[in-house]
Order: sequence, then C-alpha cells, then structure tokens
Amino acid sequence: MSRTTLRTLIVFVVVGIVVFALPAFVTDFRAQQFSYVGIYLVALIGLDILTGYTGQISLGHGAFMAIGGYTTAILMTDHGVKDIATIPIAIVVTGVAGYLFGLPAARLSGLYLALATFAIAVATPSVIKRFEGFTGGGSGVNLFGTPELTASLTPVRFAGLELNFNNWLYYLAWSVAMVGYVIGWLILRGRTGRAFRAVRDSETAAVSSGVSLARTKALAFGISAAYAGAAGALFAIATTYVNPDTFPVALSIFLLVGVVVAGLGSLTGLIVGAVFIQFMPLWAQNVSKSPGAPAVVYGAILILVVLALPGGAAGLFVRLQQLTRRGRNFQKP
Amino acid sequence: MAQFFQQVVSGLASGGVYGALALALVLIHRATGVINFAQGEMATFSTYIAWTLTTNHGMSYWPAFAVTLAVSFVGGVGIHQAVIRPVERGSQIRVVIVTIGLLLLLNGLMTWIWSGEVRAVQSPFPGGTFTIGGVAIAYQDIGTIAVCLAAVVVLWAFFQFTKVGLALRAAAVNPAEARLVGIRVPLMLGLGWGLAAVLGAIAGMLTAPSVFLDPNMMQSVLIYAFAAAVLGGIDSPVGAVVGGLILGVGLNLVGSYIDFVGADLRLPVALLVILIVLLVRPAGLFGKPQVKKV
Repeated sequence: MSRTTLRTLIVFVVVGIVVFALPAFVTDFRAQQFSYVGIYLVALIGLDILTGYTGQISLGHGAFMAIGGYTTAILMTDHGVKDIATIPIAIVVTGVAGYLFGLPAARLSGLYLALATFAIAVATPSVIKRFEGFTGGGSGVNLFGTPELTASLTPVRFAGLELNFNNWLYYLAWSVAMVGYVIGWLILRGRTGRAFRAVRDSETAAVSSGVSLARTKALAFGISAAYAGAAGALFAIATTYVNPDTFPVALSIFLLVGVVVAGLGSLTGLIVGAVFIQFMPLWAQNVSKSPGAPAVVYGAILILVVLALPGGAAGLFVRLQQLTRRGRNFQKP
Repeated sequence: MAQFFQQVVSGLASGGVYGALALALVLIHRATGVINFAQGEMATFSTYIAWTLTTNHGMSYWPAFAVTLAVSFVGGVGIHQAVIRPVERGSQIRVVIVTIGLLLLLNGLMTWIWSGEVRAVQSPFPGGTFTIGGVAIAYQDIGTIAVCLAAVVVLWAFFQFTKVGLALRAAAVNPAEARLVGIRVPLMLGLGWGLAAVLGAIAGMLTAPSVFLDPNMMQSVLIYAFAAAVLGGIDSPVGAVVGGLILGVGLNLVGSYIDFVGADLRLPVALLVILIVLLVRPAGLFGKPQVKKV
C-alpha cells in the first residue's frame, strides 16, 4: 500500500468518526444543517467528477437534482415506495438521463457546453410546471406526514439508538455521502479516472491513446448525474416537499461555486465547498440583513477565488503544506 | 390572417430585443472569446438606473435613457478592467466562472439596493394601436423595433466607418498584430465590453415596460439571446440580429398556434434551438465554420 493511499485511508477513518459522533455534540437544528452539508457533498462529488476531473463544465446540475428529487417524490406519493428505496431508483433514472444528455453534449466544446447546460437549468422550472398531471405543477408534491417518509412522525429505532427525523436525516445523508465518496475515489484512481483526466488535459492526446471521447464524456455525464440524482432524492426527503422552485437556477450556480471554492479536481476539498454552500448565506446575514446579501457575497468570493486562489481550498492546503515543508528544510543544517 | 400578422409584428418587437442582447453577447465573444453570463444582469442593472432617474430624480424618459447609456458604458469598461482583464489570457472556464460570479454579484446588489419588489416601468411610447389593412399594431412594438434597429445601424456605422471601430475589429481579430501597429488592445477590448453594456441597457429598458422590473427580469431574455446568437453564429453581428428576429417571430407563432407549447414551453423550445443548431451546424447561419489545427 502506497503512502498516499494509507494517508487517504487514515483521513477517511478520522472523518468518518467525526461525522458519526457529531450529532451527539450539536443541537437538533445544527444536525439538520449538517445533513444539508452531506447532501451538497454528494452533488459536489458528482460535479467535480465531471468538471474537475473530466474538464466538462456544467451549469445545469440543479436540473439533474430536480430529476432525482421528483423521482423520489412521485414514487413515494403515487406508488407508495419507502423513501430509502427510492434513492437507488432516483440514481439510476438520473444517471441514464445524464448519460443520454452526455451523448450529444460530448460534441460541444467548453463554452457551448456551459451555454447548453445553463439553458437547461433555466428551462427546468417551466418544464416541471408544464407537466402538471405528473409533477403536481406549481403547487408541488408534499411528502411530510406520509407513511413512506421515515421518522417524520415517530422516531426511528436503529441499532439501539432512537433517532428523530433530523438525526435520521443526518445519518442517511452522510452514509450516502461517504459511500459516494469511496465509489468516486475508486472510479477516479482506476482506468476510467485516467481516461477522464486524459480528456480534460488534452483531447487530442486522449484520442491518440485510444480513449473514446464521446463514450468517456457521456460516461462522466452519466456518473456525475447519478450523484446529482442521489443528492436530489435526499434533498426532497430533507425538505419533505418539492416544487419547481426547489431546484432554481441559483442551485446549479451555487454547486459550481462550491466546486470552485473547494478547488477543481480535488475530492478532499469538497467538504469545504459543501460547508461553504450551506453556511455562506447565514454568514452573509452578518454583512447585511438584505435578501440580496448572500448572492453578493457568493459572487464576490467566487470572483476573488478565481483571481487570487485558482486552486481553491485544496490549492491553499497544498500551498501551506509546501510552505511548512520548506520551513522544515530550512532548519536542517 | 390579421391575427397572424399581429403575432408577427409583436414577434419582431421581442425579436429586436433578443437581437440587441445577442449582439452584446457577440461583441464580447469577439473581443474576449467568452460568453458573458452576466449580460442579462448588467442589462437589468442599467434598467434600474433608468428607473431611479425617472421616478426618484424627476428626469423625463429620454434624458434618463441617455444618461443610463453613458453610465452603462463606463460600467462595462470598468467591469472589464477590474475582473475580466486579469483572467483573459487563462482558460475559458475561468472567465466563464468570473462572469457567473458577476451574475450573482449584480443580482444580489440589485436586490440589496432596490429590494426584490416588482416595479412597473413607464413606456416612452404611446399606449394605443393603429391599424393598417385590418392589422392592429401597437405603438410600443413599432417603437421597440425602431430603437433596436437604430442601435444596430449606429453600431454598424461605428465599426465600419470610424478609426476606433477599425481598431476594435483589429484588436478582436488579431490582438498580437494589432498591438504591433500601435493599437492599445486591452483598451479596445474594454471598449467592446462598454458597447456591449450599452446594447444590454437598451434591451433592458425596452423590455421593462412590457414585463415588470425585478432583478431576474432578463434571465429568460438572456436565454433567448443565447439562442439567437447561436442561431446566427456566435461570431456574426448580422447573424445575431437576424437570429434574434427569427427567434422572436418563431417563438411567438409557435407559442400561439401550437397548444402543446403555449406560454410555458417557450424557454425549452429556445433550449432545443440551441442544441439542434450546435449539433447540426455549430457555426450558425452566418458564421464561418472553424477549422481546428492539431
């Protein structure tokens, strides 16, 4: 086992312990907020696989989350499927949708892809409203109090623990996030991950080495969308209600902000990105109580990160590490 | 038949607005090589300035219009100098992300300064209609078309007949050689952003009377402008205007004669236009196909 693999494992176990123990030390309200961090983390892992590792920008991941969220909501209310059971179905449905979108999208170069995915994000709410009979239109789908929603009315007993809805949600979201993280790590370190990075770094070189551009990009889209689908399903469960405005354009943009702040092409940095997306609006309230303040802060930080810190949080971490290492070298005679 | 022509005329009016905004996108794409996702918010911001000048400072419409254009121009140049210039030479994704940051920043600022409330904006044109051969035409539509066409013609003349216009074209086409003949390239690219901001301001001020003014006003118009620019060819100014007019008329007819589409599915139709054009003819109607050397 190489040193980096060992280090990754140790970090993962430590993070796992912290995540598992956290609800015991924080309030119920905080636990709920941290479940959203877990949900965003799932979506960010997917977006990072696509944008950070394969170099395909997406401004429309909120739309994939919408597909996942609505799959869960419709299965729960119309077909009586238990909430946990809907998550794998949402993953498959969204993954297939992403793969199908990826087939034509693979032919679009960077700028045009940004444009097409942005258009999807903007168009999604009106499509959901149009197919009212299926999606409940503007009034949305309510999940609260349905028997399919675990722990919404009575606490759930699990391995000797009694969990209320927020704690249950927390463990559900973070279990999915941890499993998703491991799967993402495994995908990226193997043959597929190398193909993704080859496409990102030079399409010409990738093709010359026998990587099929169309298939690789479509696969990246499919995998990435599957993560977004899982996040969307969790999001629907967490909010216990979906309507067209649950998945606005802003959500897609915030996800991109999260990945950039975390540092494109770094899985470990993503936790910073997820925390950023969830807590930034609250911190921004300290700047001003105006409802416009979070967007201003998001925008300013996004621009600042691109201008001053292209590697994001992960880049900062690497740079600090280099500094301390250099410091240590200085002390050696 | 009369109804058909009415739909065409009002389609031309909204098409003029799409064309103006598409032209702004094309200007920036030619200057900086990216698509400016903040173009819609920049336009809305300008419209808010015009609204403030007329309602809070008692200016009448056309002077306020002129002041707004001047402010927008300065704003556009300023944005380019402050945040675009530093990343211009890097990868496209970075510039796109910066324009996304601008989108968020401007949108939030508008909510912050003017609150998110929707506001009615007065129209500079009389309200009624006049009739030609049984077709009732709104003054508002004719006025919109006239202003858009005038803006496009003035801009075309500027690029075609003035020395600065020539320098701008040179800087966009070949920055390195333009510099060698003494053109200040960064200044010219900034000028491109300024002109784009002016065009956006015109589009915004013409849109506001028929919808209501709020921070997200231009979001869907921006998607139509994207579609128009892609349809006409992202590098072609003529294409942007023609694409805008085709799209305006087309969407209006599709929306009113195909029940399935109605008013709700116009955005997805525009998205479909974008995807089909990009896949079938990426250079658009008027663009030159790009040949990439390996």
